[in-house]
Formats: sequence, C-alpha cells, structure tokens
Amino acid sequence: MISLRRMTKRSEPYVFAVIVALSLLIQARSGQFFSGNNLVDLTRSLIVPAMFSIGCMMVIVSGGIDVSFPAIASLAMFVTDKVLLASNYSGNVLLAYAMSAGLGLLMGALNGFLIGFLRLPTLVVTLGTSSLYTGLMYGAFAASASDVPPSIANHGKEILFTATNASTGLTSNMPIHIFILIGALILAFFILRYTMLGRGIYAIGGDEIAAERAGFNVRGIKMFLYSFVGLLAGITGIVRISMMSYADPSTMLSMDMTVIAAVVLGGTRVTGGVGTLIGTVLGITLMTMLSNSLILIGIPTYWARAFTGAVIIIGTGVTAHQTFSSRRRRSQMQKAKA
Amino acid sequence: MGTTPVLKVEGITKSFGGVQALKGVSLDIAPGEIHCLAGENGSGKSTLIKIISGVYEPDAGIIEVSGRRFSHLTPKEAINLGIQVIYQDFSVFPNLSVMENLALNSELMDNRKIMNYKRARQIATQAVTQIGMDIDLDERVENLSVADKQLIAISRALLQNAKLIIMDEPTSALTKREVKALFDVIKKLQTRGLSILFVSHKLDEVFEISERYTILRSGEKVANGSTGELDRKTFAYYMTGREFADEKYVAKNIGKVPVLSVKELTLEGAYSNISFDLAAGEIVAITGLLGSGRTELVETLFGILKPDSGEIAIKGKRLRIKNVKTAIRSGIGYVPVDRLTEGLFLPQSVERNLIVSILDRLSARLGFLRRNALAETTTKWIKELSIATKDPELPVLALSGGNQQKVVLARWLATDLSILILNGPTMGVDIGAKYDIHSLMRKLASNGLAIIIVSDDLPEVLACSSRILVMRDGVFVKELDPAKTTESMLSELSTGIA
Amino acid sequence: MAIDTTDKKKIPVKMRKHDANLTRLFVMLILVFVLMTILRPNQFATVSSFNSMMRQFPEYGIMAIGVSLTMITGGIDLGVVGVANLSAILSAKFLISMVPKGAEVAQVVPFLIIAVLISVVTGITCGLISGILIAKFNIPPILATLGTQQLFTGIAIGLTNGRPQSGLPLLYSKIGNMEFFNFIPISFVVFLVAALAIGVMLSRMRLGTYMYLVGTNPRAAKYAGLNNAWILIRTYVLSGLLSSVAGLIMMARTNSAKADYGAPYTLQCVLIAVLGGINPNGGFGTITGVTMAILILQFLSSGLNMFNNISNFYRDVIWGGVLILVLVFNTLLTWNKERRAARRSMV
Repeated sequence: MISLRRMTKRSEPYVFAVIVALSLLIQARSGQFFSGNNLVDLTRSLIVPAMFSIGCMMVIVSGGIDVSFPAIASLAMFVTDKVLLASNYSGNVLLAYAMSAGLGLLMGALNGFLIGFLRLPTLVVTLGTSSLYTGLMYGAFAASASDVPPSIANHGKEILFTATNASTGLTSNMPIHIFILIGALILAFFILRYTMLGRGIYAIGGDEIAAERAGFNVRGIKMFLYSFVGLLAGITGIVRISMMSYADPSTMLSMDMTVIAAVVLGGTRVTGGVGTLIGTVLGITLMTMLSNSLILIGIPTYWARAFTGAVIIIGTGVTAHQTFSSRRRRSQMQKAKA
Repeated sequence: MGTTPVLKVEGITKSFGGVQALKGVSLDIAPGEIHCLAGENGSGKSTLIKIISGVYEPDAGIIEVSGRRFSHLTPKEAINLGIQVIYQDFSVFPNLSVMENLALNSELMDNRKIMNYKRARQIATQAVTQIGMDIDLDERVENLSVADKQLIAISRALLQNAKLIIMDEPTSALTKREVKALFDVIKKLQTRGLSILFVSHKLDEVFEISERYTILRSGEKVANGSTGELDRKTFAYYMTGREFADEKYVAKNIGKVPVLSVKELTLEGAYSNISFDLAAGEIVAITGLLGSGRTELVETLFGILKPDSGEIAIKGKRLRIKNVKTAIRSGIGYVPVDRLTEGLFLPQSVERNLIVSILDRLSARLGFLRRNALAETTTKWIKELSIATKDPELPVLALSGGNQQKVVLARWLATDLSILILNGPTMGVDIGAKYDIHSLMRKLASNGLAIIIVSDDLPEVLACSSRILVMRDGVFVKELDPAKTTESMLSELSTGIA
Repeated sequence: MAIDTTDKKKIPVKMRKHDANLTRLFVMLILVFVLMTILRPNQFATVSSFNSMMRQFPEYGIMAIGVSLTMITGGIDLGVVGVANLSAILSAKFLISMVPKGAEVAQVVPFLIIAVLISVVTGITCGLISGILIAKFNIPPILATLGTQQLFTGIAIGLTNGRPQSGLPLLYSKIGNMEFFNFIPISFVVFLVAALAIGVMLSRMRLGTYMYLVGTNPRAAKYAGLNNAWILIRTYVLSGLLSSVAGLIMMARTNSAKADYGAPYTLQCVLIAVLGGINPNGGFGTITGVTMAILILQFLSSGLNMFNNISNFYRDVIWGGVLILVLVFNTLLTWNKERRAARRSMV
C-alpha cells in the first residue's frame, strides 16, 4: 500500500541512505565500523538519547515542542538517588525506576496542565519548567555528582552479551537496558498507531480545532502526552546513572537540542502532524554515529560538535526544501485539477 | 405544512455582554428541503448556526428538532439529533489519510479507545460509496483539492446519521465546475430525505439550489419565503435595507496611450500567449473559472510570479517585473483575493496596514519615519474611503470585512498608482460594502486610474467593467463589451459548455 | 487626530494592552526592588551593589536584545552564545598572538581596535549565515539557529581544543573594566547605547516597522512589497552583531575567552524576552519591556546572592516560576478581553 512514489516524498529513506553511506565511509577509512564491538558501543551510546527521543517525537507530532525532558530526567533521577542512598536502600532496582518514573510523571504533568489546560505556548512553558527543575536540583537539593545505591550499580552491570573485536581484542558489553528501550519503543508504537489517544496526537498536530470539533479530548490528550514524556524521562534518568554507575546531575542537561535535531532529521515535521518512530530512531542513530564515530574517520573529537552542527543545518535544509517544493507541487496540481 | 419540520426555531434571542446578536428569530426547515440562510456580516447568521449546533445557548426561544422541543442544545446532543455542521475550513486533518478522516469521528462518537484499521476502512468505504466519490483512501488529505476535501467533510457528516446538514458558505473556494458537482451531491442527499441549511450571500446560488430562504438583518428575520418568488433587487433590499440602482460603467476619457501593454505572455502550466492593452480610465474585467490562470496572470503583473516568455510594457516602456517592489514602483497595486492571509496584518493597527507600502516615501534619510506625514496620510484615506473605524490605532481585525477591504484599497491608493488590480474585489464583503466598492472603482477609473478586476461574480463583472476578457484554460477566449453581454454568455464562455 | 486620553473607555484596546503590559512590568520591578531593599537594607540599595549589578547584566542583556529582535520577526536566535564565544575567541587569538609582550600602550591600541573589528565582523558574518539559512533556505529558525549554535560553538572548540584563551594584553581588561565617575562601568554604557539604538530603530525607523509586520504575517508582507528575506537577514545580522559585543564584554570581565562560556544565557535570554512582553509568535514587543525584564532578573539575582543560605541556583527556580506565572497571568487577561471582543465581532 505504500507506493514507491510516496516513499520518495518521505525523509526516512534519505536518512537511512545517509547512515549507510556514512557507515561505509567510516568502514572504509578505519575498517572498524562494522566490528562487533563498535556496533555494540554505538548501540550503548544511543540508548539514553533514543529514550528521550520517543517522548520528544510524540510532542513534536502534536504540534508542540518540549525542551524540559533532560531537566525532568536529571531532577527525578537525582532525588531518587539521594533518597535511596539516604535510606541505605539495598533492594530491587525496580523501586528506583518506579520512583523516578513517578516523579517524572508529576513534573511532566505540570507541563501538561500549563499547555493543555491553560493553552500556554509550548516552547516558552517548557523553557520555564526546565529552568525551574534545574534550579530546584542545583539549588534546593544542592546536587552534585554522587554515587548510586548498590542495586542500581549492579543493575548497570547486567549485560546481555559481550562483543569482541577480533582485530583489536577490545570487548564491549551490550547492556540489558536495551530491552528497556525496545520496550518503550513498542509501547509508544502501540499507543501512536493503535489507540485513539495516539491518533488524537496526530490529529491535534494536524489541526487542533478540527480535533476538538471531531470530539477528541484535546486537553486530556495533551495532559497524557506531557506526563508520559515525564515518565519516560524519569525512567531514562535511572537508565543513565545505572549505565554509568555514577550520578552526575549535569550530564543529560545538554541533550535537549541534539535530541530535537535528531527527531527532526528523522522526518518529524516541526509544524506537527507528521512523524514516525522509525524515522526518529534513524535520526538518533545518525546523530550518535556523528558524535561517536567521527574519530574513526580521522575527525578529531574537538571538531565533532562543529560537524554535528553542519549536519543539522544540511539535514534540516534538505527537509525544509522537500516540504517547500512538495507544497508548491501540490498547489500546482490543485490548480491544474480545477 | 403537514409534515413535522426537521428543524424549527422560534423566538431565538441572544446577546453577548450587552450586544444583541439575535432578536426573536424564527426559522423552519422541512425534511428534504434545501433552505438558504442569508445575511450580511453582523446579521447574526453565524450566531444562529452556533445555537442550532449547540455551541451556544440562546437566552430565550425554543429549538425543535423533529418535533422534540429544547430550550438549548449541547454539541453532542445536536450531533445525536442528526444536526451536522460543515464549517468553511471543513475541519479535516491534512496530515491524516482519507480513511482516517472519514472514520475518526464515528469511532470517537462510539467511544472507541483502540483503533481498528479494518473497521475504519469499512466505514470509510461505505462513506465514499454513499456520495459516489472515487478516491484513494490512503492518500493524505493535504494532497487533495479543496472540492475533494469538502466532499470528505460531507461524507463524514453522513456517517453519523445526519438529518440536517448545515453548510457555512460552502462555495467560496470552489470553481464553477466544482460548485456544480457539489450541488449534484446536495440534490442526491435531498432525495434521501436529508435537509440542507445553506448559508450564503451569493444570490445566484440561492436561486439555483434552494427552495426556501430566510434573510437576517441586524439580528432579526426580515424576510423568508420560497426562492421562486424572489428577485435580485428585493434580495439586496432585504439584505441591506437599502435600494440600489443597477449601474453600469461607461468609460469616458480613455487614455490614448495604453498604460499597460502585455504581449504574448506565457507561463507554463498557468497561461499562454496572453496579449492585451489597458488604458487609463478603463476597467477591464478578467473573468473565468478558478483555475483558468487568471490569478497567475495578475500575480505575474504584480511581480509575484515570473513569466517564461513574453513582454510587459508600462507606459510604453518595456519592463521586467522581477519582484513586487518593482511592480509597485511602476505604479501597480494589487488587492489579493485572500484578504485575511495575503492582504492584512490582522493584529496590527489600521494605520500600519494602510501605510505599509509607502514607508519608503514617508521616511527621512537613514530610514527614520516621518510620523506626522504618516498620520496625515492615514487620516486622509480613512476619510476619502469612509472607512468606519473610531481610531486608526485599533487593530484592523476589529473592522468588518468591507472596511478591511477598504483599508487594503487605501494602501494602494496611497501609492503612486496608475494601475490597480483587484482580485475578487468583493469576496466576503457584505452587499452594502460591495456596492460602495463598486462605486469607488467606477469613480477612480473616471478620474484616470486604469483598473483590472478579476472576478467570477458575473453581475459584478457586468456592472463594473468597460471591457471583459474571458479566460479559459490559460488563454483569452473572447473579448466582450459588457453592454452587449449577458450572464449566460459569460457563463458558457467560461466553462466552454454551450 | 487627538485621542481623548482622559476618558479611559476611549483608549483603544490595543494601546491599553500594550501599556498594561509595561505597567505590570514596572510594578514588578518596583516590587522586587522594594522587597530586596527591605530584606537586605544595608546591602542591596547601595552604590557598590548597584555598581556590581551594572557590571553583570550587560553581557546577557545585550544578547537578550538580539534574541528579542529575532522573536519580533517571528523567529528565534538560539545561537547567540555560540556567536559571542566564537567572536571573542577569534579576537583573543589575534591579540594573544599579535601583541608583543610588554608593549607600550600606544602600540597596543591599534591592535585592540582591530580585535574589536574582528569580533564585530565575526558576529555579523555568523548572523548573516543564520539569516540566509532562515530566509533563503526556509529552515525553521529554531532548527537553523540550533544548528548554527552547534556549528559556531563547535568551531570555537575546534580552534581552541576546548581550552580557555588567556594572556590578553592588560590594556584590554583595563579599558574593558573601566568605570566612569568610579561608578558606571563601560559595559553598562555599551548596553545603554545598544538598547537605545535598537529601541529607536524599532519604534521610529522603517526597518522596525517592517520587522513587526514580517513577524505578524510574512505572506501579507510579501504582497505588500516588503523584501522579507532582506528584513530577516538584517535582523539576524543585528542579533549576531549584538552577540559579538556581548562576547567582548564577557572577555573583558573574565580576561579570557572560552568556547563554552555563558551556556545558561541562551535560555535566560528567551525568558527575558518573553517576560519583557515579546510575543513568541512575532509582531509585538518593545525594548523598554525587555530592559525592565533584564533589571528584574538582575535584582532578583543579586538580591538572592545576599542571602548566604540560599543557593544561587534558586534564581533559576524563581526565574522559571516567575516566567510561568507571568505567562499564565497574561494569558488569562488576554483571554477575557479576547473573548469579549470576539463575541462582539462574531455577531
């Protein structure tokens, strides 16, 4: 049912092509790209950004933009960490996940209330809450890098398998957290595609007034959406600190823009209504490849950020051009038909 | 009057904070009847629609649906009673497929939580077959034409057991061919026993499609009856409360040298080999269906589009109009067809909207604005065109459609204008302001301006022009003298159907 | 055309709202000032305290003005900090490598002038790039400036390997930290000049009116004969220029240049703009409002500093909280007015 013609109009195939091209380039230059251990490293690096991107993509599809997810993740994880350390917690890591998820949910719900019920503009609200949460974390909780409770650390050490690089002998461990990412993706996919709630998110992104008229509970959907983003962020926070066995409140804070860029590169329209999880995952993969693997083609790490910036610019330029020219083609077609 | 009307409203009254929108309005529609609700902006017709569909509650009065009486309705109740409204923007989701657009409403009404695509497809297929539409269910609605989007809105309404479909100005964005298709659909719906409440101010449509009419003015019902007994003059009188003489434009003092000369202008996919001259004092009307290339042609003259080949000469001098600024400098002004999105800066002041194109002239060295000059210019044009506004600092969105159009006109008249192009000069403008604008155009032309109007409002074309150019499929098919032309001639030439 | 201002009912809705916004800000400003003075009487309202404040806010204040301009045209410039740092780094590198150690004042001055020029030209170029991406390539401003921020910061990192550039000629910090009458820092004067210049441009010059119009409805602007691309490019060039000036100020204060200085400033500038009455959708806002927002932030920030047991980071909390409250308040007020006006016009 997806005709070839329709495929060319979408961004996902192009991103895929770029990923393939880049990986071949890296492979050619260093011979290391397709090695087991590199691929595992790559996957390991993209778990946290990918988890962020799920919620981020859903918000952008609904026509909004949320920059507060790193702050939510950081604050939720930090409070959880502190509480568990203070109470000498040694039980199951699931409690940590639950706590952080719950805190994240509450924080996201504030966004949901301000945006859904009071209809305040999304960028500014989430900038405000981001500031609020970061401030609370550093101010009220005097956050600084600290350790994690043993159960979290042990959880971080759980691995799925180990990949060894034949030529260098380096090994990389695939963390068990990959299942969390996969689980989140499946859940999000199900919600977006098979529930009215999910279709509502797309509908709101397409035309919010029409959605209201059609009978969608727009306020409720937005409330759910931002709360869900918060929940995912909370979970992601624990994933992060367990993978690192270390709780540094600042590591996730700078991720907001790169995640948004990745989501958009993956074909989600900033104006809302269009976007796929596959595209988002591709976008995150590309961004992660750029920051991780550039060294393998000889670009020194110091230049990685500039390179990433250039890719964002080129990528969004191409996407913008696509939307522009397809819009022009469409209006010409409509004129011709009439 | 044996049958129970599908809708009857009695004595509907509604005020908003001291402003009375409706005063004791009554209306009735029989099953299977096509009824037209007409009225100028501010007549209260949108308020009435919103009350019928449950968006507002009346302060007084009764709504009776198929015999059941209510003091007010909620939107959900209205839908359950079979009342469906099709808004001007159709309320479709451009980013979703046709199938989803059709099925989502009913799924929501059934309180479904899970999306079942197979069921959605069945619902959608049923909907399009009912209307007799042939369309790809998986196509994204944003890629469809306006007319198709409207049909989708109608099909969607039918899915919910509609008994009365209210259409708010349904033909404003349609070509004549599409309007005919829409009317066929409406007649088909009628045979199935549906009633249609058709909100319109276009007299031709009122005559062509509806059987009975109700006219509102200033919140009161001033007339109703069968359309068979109505004539144009009476209609205009009821709408505005004023009598209008049927004027024609007789051009005097036509300039000897053409002020605009177009030779073999071609733009692929839009128009080809267009040639004509325009002299001061003339009003040339370009008429044709939407899609005939007429908008592209005038937008080329204004510098928005660039032609593939051909020549344009202003006052004898050949010119390449490479952008809007060049066109303005050559003395051309353009009043676009879509006033709200292309013509006005709605939240900005009347003054800003008026002076936007003459800032070059009204600023000193280094770009500092000459405030006094700006204020004077604004005052002058508000007076000249009788723009009804208490204060030029007020945002222009507070003005009525007719006054807004006058602001756009003033903007161009304030420049050094030799040629004024108006695309759809009175679209969305009430009858009263419509005649004002027509008189204004005639006066301007008599004073030496050269005017081009693009319009498919045939009476307007006949009343305002000194020369008519009929355009079809990108070419001029005939040039006519309005004094010797009738509406049916124009209609045949535009559609190519004898 | 005299408007009878004595009868409040006759003051048109738009002007009333505009003034109301400024009045609200002014009230907030006074309140914060009074509050801080009461809570810390011997510390807040003192000459040295004001002097310290005047030294702090011009850096981000000037960038906030740039961001406000871009928001008025319906866009946003998220790259201001990147531009500031890159321009500062290029200037710094020039000075460090070219000025001989122990040189005479008279010899150093021309180098300083060139360094300032380098910074300004960098700012203009960066702004030009952003502007072209947005105006000619139609990239949405959020994404374009996000990209340029990464790009410019990235170039700055690449050029310096992430290390701070120090060892600037002493004369630079001497001049840069100079104070008139022993009280008014030169950076404050620079801010004042910038704010006045941009404020005048917006309210009294053609370009200002064009910016408001493009921000309101770019399509109608095109049909009215405005050159949208040129207007937007100039907007981002101005923003870049202002950012580079801010960078020079930062460089004077810290006596060095680093690729990641001022990272939290980006967010702060957007918050200031919105608090100051700039409509995020474009078309409205004044520099007066923005300036008041800057002062409010600075008062809060300095005031908080004086409480030893309250961490500095609470400022972010208050900021976020105040912004949200202001937004909510503004929205509720406009809602009522709009709802009333809409009902009247819908009849």
